[in-house]
Amino acid sequence: MPIHDQGYRRYLGSRAAVGRGWLVITKAGIRTVLAKRSFIGLMLLAWAPFVVRAVQIYIAANFAQAASFLAPKAETFREYLGQQGIFVFFVTIYIGAGLIANDRRANALQVYLSKPLTRAEYVAGKFAILFLFLVAVTWVPAILLLIIQILFAGSFTFFRENIFLLPAITLFSLVQVLVATMTMLALSSMSKSSRFVGVMYAGLIFFTTALFNAIRGITGLTSFAWISPTETLEQLGNLIFRLPPAFDMSPIIAVIAIVTLIAGSAWILERRVRGIEVVQ
Amino acid sequence: MPEPHGGMSGADASLDKIPTLSTDSHTPVVQCDQLSVHYGKNWALKDVSAEFLPGAVGLLGPNGAGKSTLIKTLLGFIKPDQGRMMVLGLDVAASPLEIRSRIGYMPESDAHIPGMNAVSFVAYCGQLSGLPFADAMQRAHEVLYYVGLGEARYRNVETYSTGMKQRIKLAQALVHDPDLLFLDEPTNGMDPKGRDEMLDLIRDLAQNKGVNLILSSHLLPDVEYTCDRVVVMDKGAIAAAGPIEALKGPAGRVYELRIKGDAAAFIDVLQREGYECKNTDEDVMRVFVPGTPEQGSRILFQLAAREHVQMRHLRPSVPTLEDVFARAVGDV
Repeated sequence: MPIHDQGYRRYLGSRAAVGRGWLVITKAGIRTVLAKRSFIGLMLLAWAPFVVRAVQIYIAANFAQAASFLAPKAETFREYLGQQGIFVFFVTIYIGAGLIANDRRANALQVYLSKPLTRAEYVAGKFAILFLFLVAVTWVPAILLLIIQILFAGSFTFFRENIFLLPAITLFSLVQVLVATMTMLALSSMSKSSRFVGVMYAGLIFFTTALFNAIRGITGLTSFAWISPTETLEQLGNLIFRLPPAFDMSPIIAVIAIVTLIAGSAWILERRVRGIEVVQ
Repeated sequence: MPEPHGGMSGADASLDKIPTLSTDSHTPVVQCDQLSVHYGKNWALKDVSAEFLPGAVGLLGPNGAGKSTLIKTLLGFIKPDQGRMMVLGLDVAASPLEIRSRIGYMPESDAHIPGMNAVSFVAYCGQLSGLPFADAMQRAHEVLYYVGLGEARYRNVETYSTGMKQRIKLAQALVHDPDLLFLDEPTNGMDPKGRDEMLDLIRDLAQNKGVNLILSSHLLPDVEYTCDRVVVMDKGAIAAAGPIEALKGPAGRVYELRIKGDAAAFIDVLQREGYECKNTDEDVMRVFVPGTPEQGSRILFQLAAREHVQMRHLRPSVPTLEDVFARAVGDV
């Protein structure tokens, strides 16, 4: 008996309403990433600074002699999120580089888009994978640190005095994660090689920072910080956490630079994520 | 009628149930009206108007005829410059997602989700089509067995051979039980045995499982083996369309005939008897004799005997889809 005679049956079961495909993509993506041991290692490393900060808060709360120099301030949370930037960089490259590039290499886009799934849902599904992992190394530990501070101190005094920290951590983490996710997705949609995408992303970050430093070295001006997404985020971070600005750059320029980067990435994604590649 | 999925009760089926296709065999599953698509300065489709009736329909044409473009336009991958398309009674421009939840597409090129084994890939495609996880997984196993990949279903798709990749593309197109399948060159790159098995599967789907399908191919035997009807495309336009048998012409057989003696006189005799007949350059006449093959050769032998003509060569030549294709694209 030929094997195909084992039968094909009609399906009469339930079907989910159209519009939930992005969730399927996100769940599958998260499962795939979590199955990699090296990624678990990276995540543990990304949470190491959290442990250090948690110990710092514990010591400051329990040993009066150390409180003078270890007690957390609003700046502590800003510094923490700034330090997490390096892990945002590595997690973005690790997870994000292949998100769309691998699908393009395997011609998977025409499989995805032949299903009841819009291009926006496809991008949303891919976006959510990277977004969630980046939130897990920025917003989640920062908020946990705030909670730990309240628990170890045994009072809400610090929290009440710095109530702006909650929206500040949320807003800065969101901007940080949004910029990294959108930029990486746009780059990933431009190539079929995840390695090349990783190199492009690293190149973009390092080259723009190097360019800004070169201009600063030559002209002595820091108003060109908008050239580098890293420095622009630095400027915005200080603004959000009510700290003195890092550069002589208007906050409006910094916001415009970030919005332009995100909008540009969205435009690239709109152009590149298609079921068919037409050479005009 | 194929047996419904065993695990699902009638009550379950009421949840967000997608309407099934009308069983009316005269209601087209796909209709195109004045469809035009251009790439740069080249028209890939020019005022294409066609209807694809239920069952298995072959979309035939040489490379570059516009077959794949037509399918991709019907799937919504390409926005047409003009024209209207209806798939399963739904307007492609207005309801692309509803259409895609009821169709399956097997692309021409290699296509898979990287990093997944076959079961995960096919179940994932089922979930993307709206099936719950458990049902998608169950269907994935069933469909993989059906297409002949049961033993290899836990292997990473990237390690598959070309033939296996073709089969898994069919499996992902089938997992959600579509009402209409678009198969774009399904036998590409397959060895003869694999090709025969794939064609058997396609024929089984169309004839025994009640799945409508549109098979795009430039391989005439593939279309002839699997389909009842054909739409022939050439240079972005419809060159011919209809049932294969009707396009082949009346039942009967063309014979190549060579005689000793006056060929012209014998042609006159044949024509007087009402048979289509013409002489070729190589002194071989081609005669069309209606009726069964047994009758045809007997009639020709009887006529030759009556006219005292010695027959040197008699070879039957059945009108094939190749003849239809050649006529349609102007090769004859």
